[in-house]
Amino acid sequence: MSDTTTKGATQATATPPRPVEQGESLLRRHIASFFESKTATIGLVVLVALVFAAFSAPLWAPQNPYDLATLSIMDNMLPPGERLDTGMLAILGTDDQGRDMFSAVLYGMRVSLTVGTVSVLVAAIIGASVGVFAAYMGGRIESFIMRVVDLQLSFPAILVALILLAVFGRGVDKVIIALIIVQWAYYARTVRGSALVEKRREYIEAARCLSLPAYRLVFKHLLPNCLPPLIVVATVQIANAIALEATLSFLGVGVPVTEPSLGMLIANGYRYLLSGTYWISTFPGVALVILIVAINLVGDRLRDVLNPRLSR
Amino acid sequence: MLVYLIRRIGQSIMVVAVMATLVFLAVFAVGDPVAILASPDADQRELEAITTRLGLDRPIYEQFGIFVWNALQGDLGRSFVYAQPAVDVILQRFPATMELALAALILSILLGVPLGVIAGLKPESLLGRSIMTTSIFGFSLPNFWLGLMLILLFAVQLRWLPASGRGETVEVFGVHLSLFTWDGLRHLFLPALTLSLYKASLVIRIAQAGTREVMLQDYVRFARAKGLSYNRIVFVHVLKNMMIPVVTVLGLELGSMIAFAVVTETVFAYPGMGKLLIDSINRLDRPVIVAYLMLTVVIFVIINLVVDLLYAAIDPRVRLTESKG
Repeated sequence: MSDTTTKGATQATATPPRPVEQGESLLRRHIASFFESKTATIGLVVLVALVFAAFSAPLWAPQNPYDLATLSIMDNMLPPGERLDTGMLAILGTDDQGRDMFSAVLYGMRVSLTVGTVSVLVAAIIGASVGVFAAYMGGRIESFIMRVVDLQLSFPAILVALILLAVFGRGVDKVIIALIIVQWAYYARTVRGSALVEKRREYIEAARCLSLPAYRLVFKHLLPNCLPPLIVVATVQIANAIALEATLSFLGVGVPVTEPSLGMLIANGYRYLLSGTYWISTFPGVALVILIVAINLVGDRLRDVLNPRLSR
Repeated sequence: MLVYLIRRIGQSIMVVAVMATLVFLAVFAVGDPVAILASPDADQRELEAITTRLGLDRPIYEQFGIFVWNALQGDLGRSFVYAQPAVDVILQRFPATMELALAALILSILLGVPLGVIAGLKPESLLGRSIMTTSIFGFSLPNFWLGLMLILLFAVQLRWLPASGRGETVEVFGVHLSLFTWDGLRHLFLPALTLSLYKASLVIRIAQAGTREVMLQDYVRFARAKGLSYNRIVFVHVLKNMMIPVVTVLGLELGSMIAFAVVTETVFAYPGMGKLLIDSINRLDRPVIVAYLMLTVVIFVIINLVVDLLYAAIDPRVRLTESKG
């Protein structure tokens, strides 16, 4: 028994191309099964289009909404479809400072996407390391780490982030830090769960037999096999992080006024909503909802594709 | 069970103590309240007088000691803005928030359970599938934007309902409630609907899954064989059994309802605890922020404790592993 496992492991380390090839075909199979779902495909297409539009905005957006010199206060509160003084068409109208809403939404989406993805990436890396460390160490260290995780998860993210930002002050970097603090625990719990299962598998036993150093065992063997559930949680969390950032900015503790995210744009329009000036709040909100729904659809499908119980 | 109970209560007290320290340290770092409260043309003497009156000139550990001692006696400081004990300021707003959370809870059951049961009885039908798709949107819509859109539709365009405030209240046993006046209910409806929609989507999903499961059980088949009417099977047998998970989840979600009330109350300018928190953050009214946080920590710890104890009472495995670790 121990003979065959060692042999299998030596083969895998001695001839690296083979497992890589297998990995590729598995990836191809996952991709193919992802596109079997029509709604998920639409979600992905919309998502890619939005990301592209947001990040290429400086090249083609009709206006740079951060450049106060190009704004004219004479153009303020124009309803959708009116023309600015310069003759430019404001498809989605203008806000109280004469900003073209279409450009503002594109730039705002860029801030929202950046805050969402960066915070999720960093939180996932921290959380995954903590989770895999806890699972590998076991014993008192593990139960202490998991107590902290449980404690943090028993309080709603919105409340914790609100207080953190009340302390930190406004700023894109501060919002990202607050979102990392409220999110890491999700990933720690997810990764620890799957690492506990993977730890008992034969390939880990085999790697142990080779007396590989602990860091190599954890990062090369254990962690990669815990990734699928992490990817699913992280995808859905990007949508949650974007919604959370928008909410915090709306409450006035998020991004600064100079770099409006979608939530900030909605908050700006809130003051004028009661007088019937609907477009300032409505269109950034529509963009936000489309973005979140698209991410959720992709995440939902990833969960089905990457779930080993459903495949094979 | 007794060992578990004592351990668990001890843990809860630890959590409250740790949170109290964190909250105090965090809030102590928020800006300089003297600069905010004093008039811009106040001279140095006036500024010092304010600092001494508020106790801000003492070292931080002394302030912390005073804070802990007073907190144990139920005194969390005086609000800088309202010049009243902070706990009183919050407790005055407490009924409004509870009213909102309860109304939202009831709405989410009234919306979620029937829709979920319909979707669960006919999961493959067009109606069933569209209910489930709509529930995804319920999850995805940001709470505050939904509130804005409801204001736009019902208050600005249709002019059916008021956009903000709490409306008329009546005093019941010394507590001001708006549930019993027509004007109060009209003010309550939109915020409660906003707050409930996310939970309603959750209830739809649980109710749908529960109904599908219950419909396959032997006792439902037996009821059918006995010749009971379809309505009786659905309204008595199915409904009773699928409500168990719904009630469990909603109990757990009551805490997050109070947290999300912060957002809803701000959108609708509804004078509850959540709006008070945001106003206090903007005005740097530290004692109120601390008191709000301590109150919520206690509420959350109690909810978690009750849930854990109930689970331990139902499932002996929980208390066995816990008392060992």
